[in-house]
Amino acid sequence: MPRQAMLAAIRRGLKRGPLAADAQAMLLGRMAHHPRHTVPGRGQLPPAGRVALFAQMVEREFGTVARLPALADVPGAVATYLKTQNQPPALVVSPHPVLAGLDFSGLAARTGSTAAHDAAALTYAFAGIAETGTLMLPSGPQTPTVNNLLPDNAIVVIEAARIVASYEDAFDLLRQTGAMPRNVMLVTGPSRSADIEQTLELGAHGPRRLHVLIIDGAV
Amino acid sequence: MVQSSRAFVENAAGALGDAGLQRALGRAKPQFAKKRQAAVDRLPEFETLRDEAKAIKDHAIAHLDFYLETYAAAVEASGGHVHWCSTAEDARQAVLKICLAAGAKTVTKGKSMVTEEIELNPFLEAHGVTPVETDLGEYILQLRHEPPSHIIGPAFHLNREDWESTFRACHTDLPADRVFSERRDILTEARGKLRETFLAADVGITGANFLIAETGSSVIVTNEGNGDLTQTLPRVHVVVTSIEKVVPTVEDTLALLRVLARSATGQDMSVYTTFSTGPRRAGDPDGPSEYHVVLLDNGRSGMVGTEFQDMLRCIRCSACMNHCPVYGAVGGHAYGSTYPGPMGAVLTPMLVGIEEAGHLPNASTFCGKCESVCPVKIPLPNLMRHWREREFERHLTPAAMRGGLGVWAFLAKRPVLYRAATRVAARGLSWFGRRRGNFGWLPFAGGWTRGRDFPAPEGDTFFAQYAARRKEQG
Repeated sequence: MPRQAMLAAIRRGLKRGPLAADAQAMLLGRMAHHPRHTVPGRGQLPPAGRVALFAQMVEREFGTVARLPALADVPGAVATYLKTQNQPPALVVSPHPVLAGLDFSGLAARTGSTAAHDAAALTYAFAGIAETGTLMLPSGPQTPTVNNLLPDNAIVVIEAARIVASYEDAFDLLRQTGAMPRNVMLVTGPSRSADIEQTLELGAHGPRRLHVLIIDGAV
Repeated sequence: MVQSSRAFVENAAGALGDAGLQRALGRAKPQFAKKRQAAVDRLPEFETLRDEAKAIKDHAIAHLDFYLETYAAAVEASGGHVHWCSTAEDARQAVLKICLAAGAKTVTKGKSMVTEEIELNPFLEAHGVTPVETDLGEYILQLRHEPPSHIIGPAFHLNREDWESTFRACHTDLPADRVFSERRDILTEARGKLRETFLAADVGITGANFLIAETGSSVIVTNEGNGDLTQTLPRVHVVVTSIEKVVPTVEDTLALLRVLARSATGQDMSVYTTFSTGPRRAGDPDGPSEYHVVLLDNGRSGMVGTEFQDMLRCIRCSACMNHCPVYGAVGGHAYGSTYPGPMGAVLTPMLVGIEEAGHLPNASTFCGKCESVCPVKIPLPNLMRHWREREFERHLTPAAMRGGLGVWAFLAKRPVLYRAATRVAARGLSWFGRRRGNFGWLPFAGGWTRGRDFPAPEGDTFFAQYAARRKEQG
């Protein structure tokens, strides 16, 4: 069995047999406790500062940001955005309960998963990370992964209260919801490639544009 | 890829004379260093994080057996399968078996150096499965039948006209008179071509930057999003990876991610950092129905407990090659190995033997830049030195070099004789070279003077000057 051979070779190198029970218990304890390492001070700000830093970092990574007072402002903001980008007024909306109550009557909106030809999708972010302007997008019945990837225009709703300082804070929130989802994407800016002559071009395989709608008010 | 490390000297000479390559190197090299430094300067905690990153990997390797078993149990618990593979052949067979069981005709691939290491693509093709590389750089190299020349910028040795001519030659279904007026047009064409493939593929193969024992997750880092499409759209996702990638927890991974992108591309964070854990769950609208991990050893377990154990910390960021004067002069292909640059010079002899790759640890000036930028502080020059020692012990070094070193050692062990001999040599050379100040040719040093002049010594030896000064000072 390769498994036994590989483990035996590692143990030979480490000059020991399988770990004793107490050593194993210690390592299991470390995993259960999952201690943090140094977390950069950059994102450790009061809420308003965190949201401002998040917005600034999204823009630094070639995303765009609009701050909205309330969730009800989302359809209008989406329509305006698509218009300014010369995109058709069509949209796939992720089947998330927070987005379900919105009135998209001015747009050709469909709830569900994007197909290859859909140009725009509206998704809901589980958390935002101020440190680098990163969105945390876990998969699940209400959040299809393809909506983060296939459309040219990714529009993401994030509630200001869900913008945290660090990746660690975001994973703490995620751990509270139960087991690790099948897929957790940390997205920082729109898709890009520098493979052609080290020159940055946006829109490699994923979205060419990332537009983040920050909802400042309580939802 | 086919090993040609034995031909490093000839390869390097060819690379130095390759105008296109030199243009690409000249463009890329200053950017790499500048971008990394700017990212480091923006994060005051960077040096602390480097120490922590090193400690995390050291801890993981010191308990590698335990964390691998814990990781494998977590993968199985999430509904995935782990295939333990001692050799490259085991890994190729494991991937093929999964592909055949899935009835796969087309396989999409995210960027993976381990699949390059095990030469997966030609093997799959020979067995009727068509692999398609989806990373933009890897895609054009597949069209051109070339190996990558860099571990994260695989096609950086190409210039824009190479891209255009290759696309025209290969995408024959598109109008021949189309114009590529900008780089964007090249990108858009590849995006369109690969979209079709993503949607048609039966199996998606990715690598992994990290494996997490706590959760059984594999983590990939990309900027294009191709890795995510590769692992989300097909019915089967296969992760081809190696044993040293395992770390204990999510938090350990996050600390490593903070040094990875900054060291690699100078980004604070890559665009897509994705944690995958098992197959599609009940109610999930997408994701693969099967999740497999092909876990490769290929000599790595043999590094544990040796002087090369430090190399297992490597997170494949490419900072060492980006800052290496040798890599910067000859590029990646000259190394003739899957992994080029300083990290490749240490790893390759382990993978293919020092007989095959002896030139690589010698292709270094020991300037130490690689070690100074390594995010996990691998003492690369020292490890290259270990390989040189092993090469010498095994009598693999050329006779002339061994003879020269023998003469030098004989003198160095006899200080009086050594000082006398160097004094004669220094004065002699100084006298003969007094007109030109250098030598175009010297006996026994043809290898040196063929490529450059040998400067004539000015005055006396160090020892003689030192003694004279002490005398003056009384």
